[in-house]
Amino acid sequence: MSTDKQLLTKSNIVVVGNGMVGHHFVEEMAKNPNYQITVLSAESRLAYDRVHLSEYFAGKTADDLAMTTPEHYEELGVTFKTNAKVILIDKIVQYVTTESGETYHYDKLILATGSYPFVPPIPGKDQEHCLVYRTIDDLEDIAASAKESKVGVVIGGGLLGLEAANAIKQLGLQTHVVEFAPQLMGVQIDGGGGRLLREKIEDLGVQVHTSKATSVIEKGDTSRYKLCFSDDTELETDLILFSAGIRPYDNLAREFDLTLGERGGIVVNNQCQTSDENIYAIGECALWNNFIFGLVAPGYTMAKVAAKHIAGITSENGEIAAFTGADMSTKLKLMGVEVGSIGDAHGKTAGALTYTYENQPEGVYKKIVVSADKKNLLGAVLIGDTSDYDTLLQYMLNAIELPDSPEGLILPMAADKPTLGVDALPDTATICSCHNVTKGDIIASIDAGAMTVGDVKSCTKAGSGCGGCAALVKSVADNEFEKRGVEVKKDICEHFAYSRRELFDIVSVEKIKTFDELLEKHGRGLGCEICKPVAGSVLASVWNDYILKKPHLSLQDTNDTYLGNMQKDGTYSVVPRIAGGEITPDKLIVLGEVAKKYNLYTKITGGARVDLFGARVEQLPPIWKELVEAGFETGHAYGKSLRTVKSCVGSTWCRYGVQDSMSMAIDLEHRYKGLRAPHKIKFGVSGCTRECAEAQGKDIGIIATDNGWNLYVAGNGGMKPRHGDLFATDLDDETLVNYVDRILMFYVQTGDRLQRTSTWMDNLEGGLAYLQDVIIKDSLGINDVLETQMQSIVGTYQCEWKTTIEDPEALKRFQPFVNSDKSDSNIQFVTEREQIRPARGQEKIDVKVIDATKKEAIAEEA
Amino acid sequence: MTNLTTEKAEKSWRTICETTDLVKDSGISALIANSAGEDEQVAIFHIPNSEEKIYAVGNYDPIGQANVLYRGLVGCINDEPVVSSPLYKQHYSLKTGRCLQEEQTIAVYDIRIENEQVQLFY
Repeated sequence: MSTDKQLLTKSNIVVVGNGMVGHHFVEEMAKNPNYQITVLSAESRLAYDRVHLSEYFAGKTADDLAMTTPEHYEELGVTFKTNAKVILIDKIVQYVTTESGETYHYDKLILATGSYPFVPPIPGKDQEHCLVYRTIDDLEDIAASAKESKVGVVIGGGLLGLEAANAIKQLGLQTHVVEFAPQLMGVQIDGGGGRLLREKIEDLGVQVHTSKATSVIEKGDTSRYKLCFSDDTELETDLILFSAGIRPYDNLAREFDLTLGERGGIVVNNQCQTSDENIYAIGECALWNNFIFGLVAPGYTMAKVAAKHIAGITSENGEIAAFTGADMSTKLKLMGVEVGSIGDAHGKTAGALTYTYENQPEGVYKKIVVSADKKNLLGAVLIGDTSDYDTLLQYMLNAIELPDSPEGLILPMAADKPTLGVDALPDTATICSCHNVTKGDIIASIDAGAMTVGDVKSCTKAGSGCGGCAALVKSVADNEFEKRGVEVKKDICEHFAYSRRELFDIVSVEKIKTFDELLEKHGRGLGCEICKPVAGSVLASVWNDYILKKPHLSLQDTNDTYLGNMQKDGTYSVVPRIAGGEITPDKLIVLGEVAKKYNLYTKITGGARVDLFGARVEQLPPIWKELVEAGFETGHAYGKSLRTVKSCVGSTWCRYGVQDSMSMAIDLEHRYKGLRAPHKIKFGVSGCTRECAEAQGKDIGIIATDNGWNLYVAGNGGMKPRHGDLFATDLDDETLVNYVDRILMFYVQTGDRLQRTSTWMDNLEGGLAYLQDVIIKDSLGINDVLETQMQSIVGTYQCEWKTTIEDPEALKRFQPFVNSDKSDSNIQFVTEREQIRPARGQEKIDVKVIDATKKEAIAEEA
Repeated sequence: MTNLTTEKAEKSWRTICETTDLVKDSGISALIANSAGEDEQVAIFHIPNSEEKIYAVGNYDPIGQANVLYRGLVGCINDEPVVSSPLYKQHYSLKTGRCLQEEQTIAVYDIRIENEQVQLFY
């Protein structure tokens, strides 16, 4: 069989459904060019992230949740139709027909139709404010209904039900959870764990009603509806959310005679084939071994298996890819309560033994289930503290033999708590289950050249799903680095055996005020271009002295010394601050006049201000004198410090704005201007969710909401774009500034040299949750200090240019030569698009042969 | 205004500036006329804690192709006093003029302090 022939007659693959699993299949299958893929989706949207659906209420948009785009599918060569519900399968002729009557021939058909929420047949269930929690459309309905409601009830106390309860609580409703069973989350956790979980959730103001069967939904007396329970009790509510489990979407299979399970679900074999060998079913519509997997990871595995089977891809030793079940362990945070469930949480295995630890005052419950011989871990339940989850999961998944006293694994403060060294894990151990990354994959990435934990994460994707494994990924990688003798060295240079953070502590604690003192006490040699600016930045952060004061002068990079950005020809750019991008016409005219007078190349920057290029060293003071007199101040474009706060015009002018983003941006820019940091810092403030200021791509991003401001941190554009993490929502002005003060100061103290907030965040152990604990809950008890430090920096701000032009001693540095009034003849310009630009090599005129008149014409003097 | 001097002069110690014009642990630049009567820019660094205390090298950065070296940060690499180019950060030895990263060398001048006068031999 020739490849040519294969290429001419591509096999047709038709995928019905474009949820997370259907999409994953498309990505897997599209790797192989011999197949023409057609996606038919009944929904109006292409695949989006349902796992993080609840974040929609925390400010994420449908676009944020999207997993693909039409452009991406076009790039992959995938044909797709949305709003295309399939209503007919012809298994003999092999085609499907959609509602609108279009037919598609298939060689292989993939059913990835997913599931739908089960709504119990309660009389009265079909009324207007009776909703489900499954799709983005559902969420929009819930949000709309919540606006007209005061009380909300979730029917169903499982994992999804509690997430739904959290969502309506966030929408400001008085929230109830009604569960048929005697406990919450009965599938994942045991009675003891359920009891504690209930206490914790009730502490948060959500009322839990267990052992309640709803018999009818009637018109309410005080609220819109009334739930009547079988025990003759009632509950008044305005909004009802059903979350009583899911049911496989198997109606197509049912109608066209594919084998189904007794209680639904399309029966599949280990290759995910249905009873028709040309039809596969994957994800939540598929029934494997009489079991439906309601998690995304097993769905992804099925998608991979089906794609490999279709393409005839086998493993190295010829084995056919197979789905052989999946681990259903989960770790999550429900309304801030940590919950973990591993394997046989209920101890159903014959002969299983359990160990339980409960600490009621602290709200912690831990149980492990072990085999009869106490050698293997079978399952675990963790409530209130899931720090042991990773270790326990590895014990179970890899059948690692338990220590003699297994209870030590869950007891707090056990002095000899057995720690599972990462060395004990086999290479096959799954470290990141979201992306199915094993320990072996991490080692392979290091073999392939990954040098840092950040490298490992970006090449394996480990830790980029739910993020639960981040700490484990780091220890596996660090362990591997250590083995290879890669010293995880943080010394900034040969002169100081310390990291920037350590130097920061030394300077603050020992009250060191100069570089010489620091070098004498803690360093060696003369210093260099690495440690000097770091010391300069740290000294500036701690003491906030004028950076060109004598002892600090020699520490600054040339950009800081000359308070401008050096360009390739040795001239500088001049960038005055235009806070928030707001400028009066008069000031704009001054900029134009100065640029014209000194013949400076003029450009509007991406940060909404004006750059004036081509100023010689000796021109900087007169230029700045004019600017300062006109009311401008330095823009710190040269510093590792706050650059710009980009803003949209906000509610003052914009029809859509909900807050005054302009005033907020200007206030913030003036508050933090001059702050010295490990690297430059940019802010964005948007006046509404349309996000015109692109705030999520900034170190600090602020987006207005109806109720205040949402705060994003650690976004980045540039070389490695990163969306900011949503840090807190609906903040008032004061709290917002307060949090930003603390976050910035914490970054200034702990960031490494030249580390932007995005990499700082990626390397922060514990990530976003840790930062939230530090800043919001003051878990380190340092917030007072952070605020005091920021206050002293804000209070001692001075415009460096104003200080410089008033100081004759400082001005001496701007003379081009100590012994001559001439200018540097190597700086020459030519004209392009009516402005100057630096002359290139062959355009330059040799000064040795140039006559005076010509030189003056070219090397323009003021 | 092309050449400082036109007649070819014998090399000798000539005063450039006063010691008060120097900036500790940093550089200044001077303009001299070389033996061919052409303008030459010199970067002068004052590092009191180093062995020789004062150094003079060419101001032209042959890699960045601009007269900027006096604006570079000074320090030491393996005890060799160096200046780091402010453009692309290569190190040049202040003793030998040799670039530590690439095949380039800059001029080195004899310099001394006599009675608070900074003197260059050219």
